[in-house]
Amino acid sequence: MGKTISEKILSHASGKDAYAGDIVVARIDAAMMHDGMAQLVINAFKEMDGRTLWDPDRVAIVIDHVAPSAYEAFSKVHKMMRVFAFKHNAKFYEVGSGICHQLMIESGLVRPGSVVVGSDSHTCTYGALGAFATGIGSTEMAAVLLSGRLWFKVPETIEVLIEGKLPPMVFPKDVILKIAGTIRADGATYKAIEFKGSTVKSMNVEGRLTLTNMAVEMGAKTGIIEPDEKTYAFLKALGCGEIKGFTSDEDAEYSESIKFDVSDLEPQVSCPHAVDNVKSVKEVEGKEINQVFIGSCTNGRLYDLRIAAKIMKGKHAKKGVRVIVIPASRKVYREAVKEGLIDIFLDFGCAICNPGCGPCAGAHQGILAPGERCISTSNRNFKARMGSPEAEIYLASPATAAASAVMGEITDPRRFLKEG
Amino acid sequence: MLGPGKVWKFGDDVNTDYIIAGKYKLSITDLDELSKHAMETLMPDFSKKVKKGDFIVAGKNFGCGSSREQAPLVLKHLGISAVIAKSFARIFYRNAVNIGLPVIECADIDKIEEGDILEVDMQKGYVKNATKRETYRVKPLPPEIQEILLEGGLVKYVKKHGRLPWQ
Repeated sequence: MGKTISEKILSHASGKDAYAGDIVVARIDAAMMHDGMAQLVINAFKEMDGRTLWDPDRVAIVIDHVAPSAYEAFSKVHKMMRVFAFKHNAKFYEVGSGICHQLMIESGLVRPGSVVVGSDSHTCTYGALGAFATGIGSTEMAAVLLSGRLWFKVPETIEVLIEGKLPPMVFPKDVILKIAGTIRADGATYKAIEFKGSTVKSMNVEGRLTLTNMAVEMGAKTGIIEPDEKTYAFLKALGCGEIKGFTSDEDAEYSESIKFDVSDLEPQVSCPHAVDNVKSVKEVEGKEINQVFIGSCTNGRLYDLRIAAKIMKGKHAKKGVRVIVIPASRKVYREAVKEGLIDIFLDFGCAICNPGCGPCAGAHQGILAPGERCISTSNRNFKARMGSPEAEIYLASPATAAASAVMGEITDPRRFLKEG
Repeated sequence: MLGPGKVWKFGDDVNTDYIIAGKYKLSITDLDELSKHAMETLMPDFSKKVKKGDFIVAGKNFGCGSSREQAPLVLKHLGISAVIAKSFARIFYRNAVNIGLPVIECADIDKIEEGDILEVDMQKGYVKNATKRETYRVKPLPPEIQEILLEGGLVKYVKKHGRLPWQ
């Protein structure tokens, strides 16, 4: 019987001929933890009598959720992380380096065919490079740091076939919002989602990362995409040597196959207070906004900043609207400076914050007041996620967010087609 | 045997931000203080109302969203004896087991109302509703998971056995 890419990776990592439903103990290729959970991980590691990391070169410790620290309690957490990372010689990413997921990708720690775990639900992002990657909690992370191994139930896979050429001003974010609205918040629980089809093939790696990033919003264990020539070129540019990943067999068994034709897809928006409450932008156009956030592990990459900058170029944010732009990493930030994107954002009146999670995690850099409305390129719009429970968050593409910043209200980016 | 305890009833898709919001998780590291904000978005006085031994009963996809282990931790810290739901999000489920908070899938959630008094036997696989005089069958947990829960979580398991369950 044929195997899916996830079955192949977990078979390889466990040394067992594994299929969906089997429980395996897999070798971990890389592990990541960030300041949102570091204290719990470090305490659990100590309580389990942990003395050394199983492989310090495969452990990344990142300060990104409250970076720089906004509270003394978190300054203490950061201090504890530095002590731990330096003591154990782990890879350490200081305040300002960027979002953990972007850093994992840029560092080359994520490779096709590898098994990666992180103390963050959006670890599933790495599947865009053909890795099996999933979020775990802090106690399990401590166990991984000790042993380099973890048990997994090999997931069934939902095949999501995406076909068609994306219309102008429609982007990978619109595609994944459409899919999330269809599969719903629990439609892929305990399963892997494999994104396939001509649309995925034609997307660059940055766009693919946006797709896999939001797999967890449907409950999925991971989102995954077969590595292809674009993946290998992307990795080569990062300095990774020859790597060969896995692809799904033709006769692999999928629990479900869902097809999407995106050739007529309109810009999408996820409405309060659930990610799967998805409508076309047209349906909610005209709603006044107070804050725009462009950034996050979903849409904070160079590709995303370019899209936003094209629309913002030569314009200024509507009076009363604050626009927060946060590049996903220092590397992205530097490239954005070189390309002149940051100048465009400055002219537009944006607040450009240091690389990190920003307001998405709800700690700082854009907390909403009661009655306020934010349009954000991030991945969650739960009530009180970004501050007041009486505020609203709409999730959209960088194009929709930028267009809305110009107009001061939720705006279909196709109004700016000539800029596209 | 868990309980007897009173039911606090919630709906579908209770996400980890509702269980403990990011703004608190990322500013408060003391568990006593953090637990005061548990379920606040859905029920502002939850932490004051809840008593040791009580149950949370919810619909499908309980614990969806982030991987924050603070979510099951604050519920356990407030004395919740188990979360009973139609279904769970996977990271929350694993986290709950790993910190020793029982999580039980039950198809008969709609028959349970807020304020009902429940007793749960995880080994035998039933939920007894003393208020309604009904008993609901639930799927017993797999033995590997029961073992971790019975020890009070993964850290306690490792302390007792000197190894991880999968080693």
